[in-house]
Amino acid sequence: MNFFKIIEAIEKTDPEVYERLDSRRAMFKNMAGFSTKVAVAAAPIAVASVFKKAYGRGAAADSVVDVLNYALTLEYLESSFYNEGVDSGVIPANRLAIFNQIKKHESAHVTFLVNTIKSLSGTPVSEPDFDFTAGGAYSTVFSDYNVFLTLSQAFEDTGVRAYKGRAGELISNDAVLTAALQIHSVEARHASVVRRLRAEKGWITGATGSPSASYAGEDNKTQATIDITTLGAGYSVNAATEAFDEPLTKDQVLAIVAPFIQS
Amino acid sequence: MEKDVNIISKPPKEVVVTPGGIMTPISRMSFLKYLGISTAAASLLFTASSCSDDDDGPGSVNLGSGDTGILNYAYLLEQLEAAFYVKVTASFYASIPDAEKTILQDIRDHELAHRDFFKKALGKDAIADATFDFSSIDFTNRSSVLGAAKTFEDLGVSAYNGAGKLLVSADLLLIAGKIVSVEARHASAIRDLLNPYSADFAGDDIVTVSNGLDASNPPATVLTAARTYVKTSVDFSGLPS
Repeated sequence: MNFFKIIEAIEKTDPEVYERLDSRRAMFKNMAGFSTKVAVAAAPIAVASVFKKAYGRGAAADSVVDVLNYALTLEYLESSFYNEGVDSGVIPANRLAIFNQIKKHESAHVTFLVNTIKSLSGTPVSEPDFDFTAGGAYSTVFSDYNVFLTLSQAFEDTGVRAYKGRAGELISNDAVLTAALQIHSVEARHASVVRRLRAEKGWITGATGSPSASYAGEDNKTQATIDITTLGAGYSVNAATEAFDEPLTKDQVLAIVAPFIQS
Repeated sequence: MEKDVNIISKPPKEVVVTPGGIMTPISRMSFLKYLGISTAAASLLFTASSCSDDDDGPGSVNLGSGDTGILNYAYLLEQLEAAFYVKVTASFYASIPDAEKTILQDIRDHELAHRDFFKKALGKDAIADATFDFSSIDFTNRSSVLGAAKTFEDLGVSAYNGAGKLLVSADLLLIAGKIVSVEARHASAIRDLLNPYSADFAGDDIVTVSNGLDASNPPATVLTAARTYVKTSVDFSGLPS
């Protein structure tokens, strides 16, 4: 994983990054001594807190354009992933109809978001360089269909939760909010079919899934202080957790996708 | 000189005549709007009751206004879906594979949970239980059942997508968001059962090709489409727009 390139880039936008890392500075000094696994596991937390300053705005709310650029980053990731996936030949011919449809949508989302940001006089972020092996953690992503499917599911389920987590920040703009909801439900259609290709249910049961960060909190069974399992004639915990999808915060999502972003 | 004879052999469809003189059939709601009748007034035309619009009688319900109105709107749609899937799972179509049974039972439980959640959340503001008419569906026939399921799920997704901007509370928007993605997962699964391994799970008929956006519909459109299945009259004139 090109962790150092990320730090380099952030250093340029935020020279004080090392001061904030504080006790984590030792981790950077000793980077060479870390195994790849530990580095990949530990990195997202450090990167996430770094992103907090570089991408976030502290106490002030992000603008509508900021939220759209966040969505655009995720759509660039998905679009690039599926373009590479289709080109690589890792997808069996009889499943291409599904993945060509998904790929078509993600590409359309990129175009739509770029145009929407521009229409709001904003500047669309440029497409990052991606590493879908996440520094080797998923080295066979484009040669092993099962690995490709695992990441596809992770990206789709995470995408659903990412949009859901920030829809509230679009409440001041009806048109943009509606469009975000209309993209969000398409990602959920994607997630459902990909999950079913993996012999999973189309819906998320408890907090099960990989990587675990993409499913953290999905075991929630209480909505608006109401315990779903106690309603009506009673519902199983599985049904209660499946019936409602959960949001992810900006920080949580950026931590999940950081390993796949090179620059 | 011969007179032109205009024989109207059947009732005219609602039409608009464009400046070019072309008569185009349009939906009833669009026609009423074209005449300058507000959506609110037009929506009253869909209700059977005349006065006492604050009372929920056995034949009618009033969704109310504001965020409460939107929640009741969602509650009504979840009532519809729950009633449908309860019927489906009470007597499955012949030779249904186990995997399909499980899917339909799961969906039933989700819709029941959604319905009961709204009922609890709305408390005294909840509409009464509506009555439904599923006589147009052949519950012994897989195509008929899954076709209806697809219709209900797609409609539900479009309803939530269209209602988001009508909510004032960000908390309620999040709740709606948590439900709509599950409905979309349902829709995708049903569509895939109907045409496995095809693009239909998120087909061009429901996801716009140019921008990749799912359908979104205002309450009037959704409730008009749902009328086939909802026996109870629905007064939605108080909903935000």
